Amino acid sequence: MRLTQKIGEWFDRRLQLAAPIREISEHPVPRNTASWWYVFGSAALVVFILQIVTGILLALIYVPSGAEAWSSLQTLNHDVTLGWFIRALHGWGSNFMVAIVLIHMVQVFLFGAYKFPRELTWIVGVFLLLMTLGMAFTGQVLRFDQDAYWGLGIGASIASHVPILGPAIVKLMLGGPIIAGATLSRFFALHVFVIPGMLIGFVCLHLLMVLKLGINEWPMPGRLVRRATYANEYHELTKKDGAPFVPYAVWKDLFFAASILLAVAACALYFGPFGPTGVPDPTIIQTAPKPDYFFLWLYALLSLLPPAMETPALLIGPVIAILVLLLLPFLSGEGEKSWRRRPIAVLTVLLIAVTLGTFTHLAGLAPWSPHMNAWSGDPVPMRLLHGTTALERRGALVFQVKQCRNCHSLGETGGQRGPALDSVAVRLTQDQLVRQVIQGGGNMPAYGKNLSPAETTALVAFLETLHPAGQAPARDASRDAALRESGNQP
Amino acid sequence: MPNETMLSRRGLLMKLGILFNGLVATALAVPIVGYVLSSVTRGRANAYLAWVPLGRVDEFPESETRLATFRNPNVMPTDGKTADTACWVRRIEGDQFQVFAVNCAHLGCPVRWFPQSGLFMCPCHGGAYYRDGSRASGPPERGLFEYGYQVKDGLIAIQAGELPTPGASAALVRIGKMPPCA
Repeated sequence: MRLTQKIGEWFDRRLQLAAPIREISEHPVPRNTASWWYVFGSAALVVFILQIVTGILLALIYVPSGAEAWSSLQTLNHDVTLGWFIRALHGWGSNFMVAIVLIHMVQVFLFGAYKFPRELTWIVGVFLLLMTLGMAFTGQVLRFDQDAYWGLGIGASIASHVPILGPAIVKLMLGGPIIAGATLSRFFALHVFVIPGMLIGFVCLHLLMVLKLGINEWPMPGRLVRRATYANEYHELTKKDGAPFVPYAVWKDLFFAASILLAVAACALYFGPFGPTGVPDPTIIQTAPKPDYFFLWLYALLSLLPPAMETPALLIGPVIAILVLLLLPFLSGEGEKSWRRRPIAVLTVLLIAVTLGTFTHLAGLAPWSPHMNAWSGDPVPMRLLHGTTALERRGALVFQVKQCRNCHSLGETGGQRGPALDSVAVRLTQDQLVRQVIQGGGNMPAYGKNLSPAETTALVAFLETLHPAGQAPARDASRDAALRESGNQP
Repeated sequence: MPNETMLSRRGLLMKLGILFNGLVATALAVPIVGYVLSSVTRGRANAYLAWVPLGRVDEFPESETRLATFRNPNVMPTDGKTADTACWVRRIEGDQFQVFAVNCAHLGCPVRWFPQSGLFMCPCHGGAYYRDGSRASGPPERGLFEYGYQVKDGLIAIQAGELPTPGASAALVRIGKMPPCA
């Protein structure tokens, strides 16, 4: 007997794990589940392990103190050998983990895997998704920079809207009256102890149920799930058309997981770590905070919702969404599994994907944010000033100096909060322009108090020149008629 | 003779043991919950608020709005720079002031003052406010948060110490001496 075998037997005599491990790995799975569609769960687990390992490595250097966190990140980036790479692996790992968990969820939903008897597996999975998002948010806070600081402010502002308990929740979340050292410390505790601990426990439960109940069979259109008969049918399937998980199906999991790890490493190597952006000093207000990729859709939603709908949407929306996810297996626990016969399920996924995608795309452009430096940075296009009078040029100056440009673009530069003004003279008459400038309205501030009559006249004179060549500016026909009747030419 | 309705000695001891553990757990839970909620319970009755000096009144020119910074009254050694806070000080005339939090009343991003157009603009979601802090446009549902202030011996002080948030702003605004007309 060889020595290694002897050692193995010595341990197994005491641990007695060889038999159960063999049983687990060789349990029969339906042949057609050995598919590339069934690899996302194991890939999520592998990325989670990568996150644990890189997280521990980062904790060797990182200091969870409001005063020192930012500089310890700089140390990691610049002073510690390969510190930047470990940070990059952890950051890209988190992006990949959120993405893979979402893809896994969509696959499981479309393949009807949440139906009887796997309802609890799905519910635990929903909590795993929430914890993954919780890790993403708390991790973003630990990268204690300007975005993290103001992101916490946004989180606190949202939480403060909770009726009655709002102020208490804000202080509990911040660990005090302001965003400061105590806030970072408690997010560190959440990110490093509380949520990972729960994640590990829930992952074990999730896996245990996958093993006990068997992997969801490949859904066949017309093969309906019934509580009374499913267990027997599944048993028959694995008996007749089953194969041991190892090695029949596992090789795809292994190849995919390794490819994902390679992709994370490649991104980390090529793109490097995320931030940190500016030092988290609240007295530096020249900042435009933006959330990380997976929360960009929320950033867009918060800009586009009508003010009156914001609080209900923020407080009730997530509760409804989570409830729907949790109740899903009870609402449709039986019946058709195949996505080919579940058009509403497919359309729901598409609708959510398109919505989130559109919001994320919009958040990249952020047309609702004023361009804070446009008034001093973007020149008025030369062609718009060609052949203008002194008054009109004076108006162009007023246009720049009064920060109109921060919200209105000319020649496709400037803010997009308000409409582009390249052809505003075609849309509004002189009187309408004066009224709009002085009184504001339609989401524009009133400038009446901040413009002298001379400035208003000049500004409107300039705005009246903004029309395409060959297209006449808008005119008030009734005004012309009234002037004609009174004997004056317009 | 064993009786089904009778409790065995070991059964009783086990139940007593569970009860004992329950009592100890409850007794321990009181200080633990008290510790976890300490930041909430301390914040009641505006205990976090304090008068913070911003500087001499004549550092703020009349009818202008300037950025001022102050150190938060409750500081921990680990706070670092985060305990520094900025605010916008508008001196209307004489001892009449308005002191605004930099945090937008929408979601707390830092608003910037543009003296030329007399507007505060928020870089996040496009909220805008007039020079008196009232809402001009954008998603905010209200004007800027205002600190209570007092002027004594040529010094201006504000009542600060809490992050102003839109849902919980009632405690922060309208405390202390306010200008009669904004």
